[in-house]
Formats: sequence, structure tokens, C-alpha cells
Amino acid sequence: MLRIFLLGLVFGIALTMGEIISWFRIQEMFYFESFHMFGVIGGAMAVGMLFNLAARRFKWGTESGAPLDIHQYTTGWKRYIYGGTVFGMGWAVTGACPGPLFITLGAGYWPILVAIFGALLGTFLYGLLMKHLPH
Amino acid sequence: MHTFDPWPWQVVGPLIAGVMSSLLLIGKRFGLSSNLRTMCSIAGANRFSDYFKMDWKSQSWNLVFVLGTIAGGAVARFALLKPGPVIINPKTALRLRAWGIDDAGTSFAPDILFGPEAWSNPAALAFLLIGGVLVGFGTRWANGCTSGHAISGLSAFQWPSLIAVAGFLLGGLIVAHLILPLLIPLL
Repeated sequence: MLRIFLLGLVFGIALTMGEIISWFRIQEMFYFESFHMFGVIGGAMAVGMLFNLAARRFKWGTESGAPLDIHQYTTGWKRYIYGGTVFGMGWAVTGACPGPLFITLGAGYWPILVAIFGALLGTFLYGLLMKHLPH
Repeated sequence: MHTFDPWPWQVVGPLIAGVMSSLLLIGKRFGLSSNLRTMCSIAGANRFSDYFKMDWKSQSWNLVFVLGTIAGGAVARFALLKPGPVIINPKTALRLRAWGIDDAGTSFAPDILFGPEAWSNPAALAFLLIGGVLVGFGTRWANGCTSGHAISGLSAFQWPSLIAVAGFLLGGLIVAHLILPLLIPLL
């Protein structure tokens, strides 16, 4: 658990030092007025891809010998495009995706608590309505 | 203390990939938005929907990760990062100032939303609340956010993640270009 905490610590430091938690950076991103956010996400994706390719090639497993728990998303497209669009709308408003929601709190911008409460409320609403939504 | 300039994307991107890879090697999955479901479950939402009937203890490691990120935000802001504004594109700053965000280009986060003054501004609180609801609802519907889809999913060649990321961009563009110009001046 200490290692997990430290990985979270690194993630929080990296996203703060990289200004990813700044509302301004998100506004810039959605107007394509800076490469910064695309560089961060694209860079993480590219290096992650190299890791995944190497893991497949060299059959890396977890430290306990199990296969890596790679995300295997169910097929279909509706939940991804609809849910993704709703999330994107919220991202442009709050300037924070779920990681930065919490990191921003750590950085001392207390009103983000309202957005965190909103995100929990939104999650709860999804749980109530999911049976009636296309997936 | 407070000696570091902001880090460029060439540093931050690979660091995030390192965190994702380390979690996989430990036997976990990098994904922040699933914590929202876990938190609702702990708060008792399982009484209202089967979606929250889950073994949240098996997800408690991810809550520890979240605690780490909160600590990381505090360490970075209060010990590492040189105080100063986020230097954004002057075009972005000009536009936001025209909408009434007076500190665009001169602060880290807009005071009107994230400063103490936000607590006495009902419009700002409603803005944050509605945005948060969209984030929670959307990420759970799409079964992932930036960490799960854009970084973990795309780097593992998951097609559904590409659809989700297209959605992120679509939703963000609609709101940033069509809705925010109307809403922000009301704050």
C-alpha cells in the first residue's frame, strides 16, 4: 500500500508541476491554442504503448506472476461516445478530470470540493439511471 | 522550497506512463474515475442501485492512490512549484478576460471559481456543481476517464477507448466554444 500511495504522490506532483490541474490549461486545450496538454496525454500514451508492446513481446507479468490486468473494454460504441461526450462537457466546465479533481483539492483550491460533490452526485445518478441508458 | 519551474510535457507525459506501468506490474489498473463509484458505494449508494453493490474493499488500494495524489498536489503547490501564473497563450487569456475572468494569464487558477470568493458566488458554485455532475455521470457511463481511456486504453490499443476519447473531445469542444461564452460572463 505504501508503494501505491507513493505512485499516487508522483502522479499528483507530476500533474501539478505540469499545470494539468489548471483550469486555464483546459480552456487552452479545447481551443487548440497550446500543444502542452496534447503533449502530456499523447506522450503518456506513446510511452505507455511502448510499455505494452514490450510487455507483450517479453511476456511480462505482475510481480506475483499473474498476467498484466490490461483494460479489456466491452465492445459496442454507444456508452463510449455518449458517456465520453458528457464527460468532455464536464471537463470543459470544471477544468478537471477525475484525477485533477482530487489533486486540485490537495493544492488547496477548496471550492473544487463542490465539483467533487457534483461528480459523486453524477455517479450516483448514473447508477440510478443506467438501466434506461443506451450502452 | 518553491524552486521549480513548471515541468514541460516531455517530463510529465512519461512520468504518467511510468505510474501506469508500475501499477500494472504491481497487479493493479490505472483508472481514477472508478473511485467515484467506490466512494458512492461506501457512502451507502448500494441501497439504491445494484451498480454500487460491489466489494469495495477490493478497490481500497485505489483510494490509497487518490490519497497519494492529494498529498502530491499539496507537496507540489506548497513546496516545489515556484509561485506564479500559468503562462497560457495570450489569445486564450484575452478571450477569457473578455468573458470576465480578470486573472487569465496572471494566476494559476481563476479566483472567481477557485478562490475564497467563490464561496459567496452562487453562480460559481452552481457552475462547479453542474460541471462535476457531468464529469461523474459521463465517466461512469463511458466506463473510464482520461486515465482509463485516453492513457491506459489507447496505449493498449483498445478501440472502445478511441471512441470514448473522440467523445471527450466532442463534448469539450461543444461546451468550450458554444456554452462557456454564454455562461462564464454570468459568473
